[in-house]
Amino acid sequence: MRLDPWVMATIAAMAAVTYLNRAGGYWLFRTFNPPQIVRDVLAYVPGGLFVSYVMPKLVAGGPQEWAGAAVTAAVMAWSGNLALAILGGAGAAWVVWAGFTLS
Amino acid sequence: MSQGRPRFSRAAMRAGAIATLPIQAGLLPFGLVVGVQTQAHGLSLLEAGLMSFFVYAGSAQLLALEHWGAVAPLVGATIAAFVVNLRLALMGPLLAPWLDRVQGWRLWGGLFLMADQNWALALREQKAGRWDAGYLFGSGASMWMSWVVATLVGHQAGAALRLPPGHPLFFTALAVFVAVLVPMWRGRREVLPWVVAAVVSVAVYWLAPGTSWYIVAGALTGAAAGVARDRYAA
Repeated sequence: MRLDPWVMATIAAMAAVTYLNRAGGYWLFRTFNPPQIVRDVLAYVPGGLFVSYVMPKLVAGGPQEWAGAAVTAAVMAWSGNLALAILGGAGAAWVVWAGFTLS
Repeated sequence: MSQGRPRFSRAAMRAGAIATLPIQAGLLPFGLVVGVQTQAHGLSLLEAGLMSFFVYAGSAQLLALEHWGAVAPLVGATIAAFVVNLRLALMGPLLAPWLDRVQGWRLWGGLFLMADQNWALALREQKAGRWDAGYLFGSGASMWMSWVVATLVGHQAGAALRLPPGHPLFFTALAVFVAVLVPMWRGRREVLPWVVAAVVSVAVYWLAPGTSWYIVAGALTGAAAGVARDRYAA
């Protein structure tokens, strides 16, 4: 099996900077004990982070993504079950996609 | 209240692994696409497997592969991986209540296995009052293994598995994030930070395509808006 040294170097460098981010953020916080205002900002990060994931994709997307997202959110709010929500949303996206593909 | 409980248990590892099963199903098409791309750009099966094994970051891998030439793009791929994965640096500190209580491979291995999806699940566990970093490790390890396997299968199957770009299976990856967002809604106080995050992320996504600046910028400005409101306007 071929192992190109340049490919391996690239993979190693990508792996190193990715792990630097994974572990580095935690390490910085633990080591430097940032002030309360930074911690307050961090507490708001999860919601903002996932809104930022989702919104650009929805804006760039079409009826398929919109219907899928609406059903996913509705099923999640109703059931609180992640698997059910993903399944329902993907099903809705599929129905819209099939509708457009067939028409 | 939770000081006496186990901090890293097998039971929590198993619970985490099971909780990510629907997520793994949702990530499968993504992993296959990465595998197909490695094959299309001339990586050997071993190289493809090693990339997913050590880098374990789908969007960074996909971005690097899109710019892969006859010679591997060492500098470009490294910078791209750093920028795309910058969001992970924001995510780690939020797991401190768990991670501060473990050491060695449980800590640094757990951080290696931290991805967007199992991080969201871990936060939910943390909020529910369960104090066990085994959950992060178990959920991450099972996602990581299925990621490597999906890459290898994609590499072997190559073009035979190629789905058309608009295929609804790709929506499953986005559905995970929509779903984890729902329980993060804590009422009206979220309106301002979420709206700011939405507007900024859409703008930056458009201005700096192919990076994850939109995620970092949206999350930080939204969070800053929430804190500013709490401190000065409430």
